[in-house]
Amino acid sequence: MRYRPGQEVRVAARPHVGHHRTPAYLKGKTGTVMRVHPSFLNPESRANGKDGLPKQPLYFVSFQQSDIWPEYRGDPADRLYVDVFEHWLDDAG
Amino acid sequence: MSSYGHDHENHEHPHESLTDSGEPAAAARVRALVDLLVEKGVVESQDVREQIDWLVSRSPGDGARLVARAWVDPEFKQRLLADARAAALELGLDPGPSPVVVALENTETVHHMVVCTLCSCYPRALLGPPPDWYKDFPYRSRAVADPRGVLDEFGVHLDEGVELRVVDSTADIRYLVIPRRPAGTEALREEELAALVTRDSMIGVSIPAPSPIAA
Amino acid sequence: MERAVHDRGGWPTDAPIDRSEHELDDWEILMDSLLGALEKRSAVNVDEFRRGIESMSPSAYEAATYYERWLYSVETILTEKGVLTPGELDARLAK
Repeated sequence: MRYRPGQEVRVAARPHVGHHRTPAYLKGKTGTVMRVHPSFLNPESRANGKDGLPKQPLYFVSFQQSDIWPEYRGDPADRLYVDVFEHWLDDAG
Repeated sequence: MSSYGHDHENHEHPHESLTDSGEPAAAARVRALVDLLVEKGVVESQDVREQIDWLVSRSPGDGARLVARAWVDPEFKQRLLADARAAALELGLDPGPSPVVVALENTETVHHMVVCTLCSCYPRALLGPPPDWYKDFPYRSRAVADPRGVLDEFGVHLDEGVELRVVDSTADIRYLVIPRRPAGTEALREEELAALVTRDSMIGVSIPAPSPIAA
Repeated sequence: MERAVHDRGGWPTDAPIDRSEHELDDWEILMDSLLGALEKRSAVNVDEFRRGIESMSPSAYEAATYYERWLYSVETILTEKGVLTPGELDARLAK
């Protein structure tokens, strides 16, 4: 897999037509890999009846809430953790 | 894809229009669909029956057992944090079809809250079906953007300096919160501790009380 | 960033959380179980199912109840795959 815990990654901001599991609010945002999950079948191709191979690594990525929401009301330490597939991430380091 | 469109702000649970029988039209349609698919051999009645039996057997009591065991057995807790699926199997519980279940531990400094903004992903095998509010738009929208506002509505006020960590279940992983053991429960047996662990505390919108809440 | 109607994280709303709950009706349990059976038989996979829900028009998605969306999706995907012929279920209900 391409990314390691502690690595800064940016979520791709590309528009996507069709089923995908990267929320709009996250696109273009930068976070930190906290955990590398196992790899899973690609939901985008599975959604079209394909076999979903090759499996894609999945990452547990942590974001600072105030980076995501301009008007975030909360503690500066608050975080948002999201599972993101490798093909939606770029190195931000 | 449009921008935000018109928002059904005051329409938290849309209601099916009811037929004369008092049932939504969808009810008869679902039954007819099942019959049709069984006739066509796409599914067997037995398949559907097994799924029904499984679904109605699910309850938050299973998740509560995992939490209570973690509270009394620190080594079990470490196993639970490393692999919640295996830990559930250790207790004879069904962790469900999701290949990975992750337990998230609340501590003095971190409080977790789980949501699925895209649909309704939820550790059903260990908690039963999710409550309506978890699946509805206000929670899905606000849990990520205004989690402290959401917790206020649930009556939860976090201590100063506690990091609120919201987890959006977007993929194949299912998340279960391990709430903190309430103070003053040292004398309780494991089964009594399990009775304190509510479904909402394992989602992260509630904090267990030190004694059972009177109905 | 443009978003589809199901992509609700941060969707502007001040709506309070309505904490009232309802026990699942029999037909909802049946719908839920039907999907499970279809997945077990590999007739539909969960990603196709989600795509089916996401294919609803925004107004239909917002007006439907949770399991009505499930029904829409399963009908749509099975019709797409030729397992159901268009109108077949309506005809059956009309009998």
